[in-house]
Amino acid sequence: MIRSFVRSREAILLGALIALVLLVESRFSGFASPGNLAAVFNDTAILIMLALGQMLVILTRCIDLSLASNLALTGMVTAMLNAAVPGLPVVALIALAVTLGVVMGMVNGLLVWKLDIPPIVVTLGTLTIYRGLIFLISDGAWVNSHEMSAAYKALPRAELIGLPVLSWIALAVIAGFAVLVNRSALGRAFLAVGGNPHAAVYTGIDVGRTRFAAFAIAGGLAGLCGYLWVSRYAVAYVDVAGGFELDVVAACVIGGISIAGGLGTVGGAVLGALFLGTIKNALPVAGISPFWQLAISGAAIIIAVAFNARSSAKAGRLILRPESTA
Amino acid sequence: MTFNRRLALGLGLAASLLGTSAMAQDPMRIALVAKSLGNGFFEAAARGAEEAAAELGNTEIIYTGPTSTTAEGQIEVINSLIAQRVDAIAISANDPDAVVPALQKAMQRGITVISWDSGVAPEGREMHLAPSSDALIGQTIIKLAADHLPEGGKVAVLSATSTSTNQNVWIAEMTKVMDQYPDIEVVATVYGDDLADKSYRETQGLIQTYPDLDAIIAPTSVGIVAAAQAVQDAGKVGQVNVTGLGLPSEMAGAIESGASKSFAIWNPVDLGYTAAMIAHALASDAASAEPGAEIATGRMGSVTLDDETSAAMSEPFTYDASNIDEFKSVF
Repeated sequence: MIRSFVRSREAILLGALIALVLLVESRFSGFASPGNLAAVFNDTAILIMLALGQMLVILTRCIDLSLASNLALTGMVTAMLNAAVPGLPVVALIALAVTLGVVMGMVNGLLVWKLDIPPIVVTLGTLTIYRGLIFLISDGAWVNSHEMSAAYKALPRAELIGLPVLSWIALAVIAGFAVLVNRSALGRAFLAVGGNPHAAVYTGIDVGRTRFAAFAIAGGLAGLCGYLWVSRYAVAYVDVAGGFELDVVAACVIGGISIAGGLGTVGGAVLGALFLGTIKNALPVAGISPFWQLAISGAAIIIAVAFNARSSAKAGRLILRPESTA
Repeated sequence: MTFNRRLALGLGLAASLLGTSAMAQDPMRIALVAKSLGNGFFEAAARGAEEAAAELGNTEIIYTGPTSTTAEGQIEVINSLIAQRVDAIAISANDPDAVVPALQKAMQRGITVISWDSGVAPEGREMHLAPSSDALIGQTIIKLAADHLPEGGKVAVLSATSTSTNQNVWIAEMTKVMDQYPDIEVVATVYGDDLADKSYRETQGLIQTYPDLDAIIAPTSVGIVAAAQAVQDAGKVGQVNVTGLGLPSEMAGAIESGASKSFAIWNPVDLGYTAAMIAHALASDAASAEPGAEIATGRMGSVTLDDETSAAMSEPFTYDASNIDEFKSVF
């Protein structure tokens, strides 16, 4: 079992992550200190949660490009509601955010399931629709930190046994996903649907319904992250998390989740997100010219993907063996 | 609510227009055309224009504009102003070119046309009043940081994208005047890409890399808010002062928390005031709009027109704890 772990994609990624942290530590001492690593994890928490949601969708051979818009819209709704009714408990706002996120995920899921539209087209459409809705409800105006209640902003920052609540939420989501994907029928169904949809039908799995569930769960996570994002940065505006959907997909791809579906693990998605998050946090302190930063981020993604593609390539069947080894 | 407010504004406007057309032609009528009605920035500018009118005497301000920020809406408004034979039109254009034909028609009818805030192509106006100039902005942002660092110190710049023309020009202008501040050292320029999360992360990076950093200058409205939040979250309020260009409504929280001691942006009241002053001077032939001309603008001093007959009003206006409450609901 240990041997299979050492050879696994996760182990390679973990090694790369540790190497990256040490490399940054050599340029900027203090980066690898536990306190700073906890800060990096906290900063990456939202990316991790969205990457897990995206992972489910990708496992079923779909993709959800609307996650960041979903996040931004729910974030704006909670912020506007909080500004209008400061007395509303934060728990109610979080429940609303998750519900709203699930509904938006369900819209994606229904379109893919019932109308059989390719997921990339559906979510490219809802990406702009959700983003446009933010403009409609807010009229382009910002919700600023002084308009938000103290409780609204306090939750993700509050410390619990040394870690901010935001980190704890991410840890809880990771644990929940580990159980869901590895230990539940639905979780196995995601893999089955992506691995071989036709075979999945014969085992009694409803492919459409499973994809719908994946979109709904991813949407719910995006909704939760919407509240967390807006409250963490204490500002809500139309362009919140603009372009973040690509980071989420990149995290999944780095984490070894196959875009072709059916292949991927919770650990991979988490490590992929952490890898990207570490790069994002390292570049500002590593003293690298900002003009190089984008190129470095992009290169890291391509290298990781090339590596994954190589390691997952099936070795061709050997028909003729050279005599010496025969 | 917004609709009702707009409706009320519209009705009020219609009433005032009806009223004025029935009145004698005696007072000078200056139309202040906003990008859209119901926007706090332009309403504040209208207040400034009214202030100028009161100072000038026998002047009437017609504050108008379309209900949404479209060039078509502004063209309709311009045509109706031509029909009413106003003396001057001062417009903040939604499109620099689309409104040109309508404004040319107005000028052919003898109406003085100037643009302010958001300019019109030179053939469509007599002069343009910019809120500020690149040089004045560059000088202001470093002054904002230096004012709170009498003993000197280390400052960093948090910009938008590395290719953003505005920011780069402002930073270059700032660098030009750095020899006036020998004790201030600019240690780094980082780019937050006008994204809240990246700006926040870059600010965290600055705080970590330069533990003795004294101020962060962010000449971008997204960056300055994110930087203030990051400083607050890092518990560095009082050590690191976040300043730069931002909007009062967005920065009120940062001023309240102390993460930002002061910041700057144009003052819409002054801008409306100056636009009305210039429009009055040109329409009454007290001044002419030609390159090099100097036009007196009351309490704001005077402006000088450049080769494109455009002029900069003043350096950006500084907002701090003393005036933030007054402006945070304005824009």
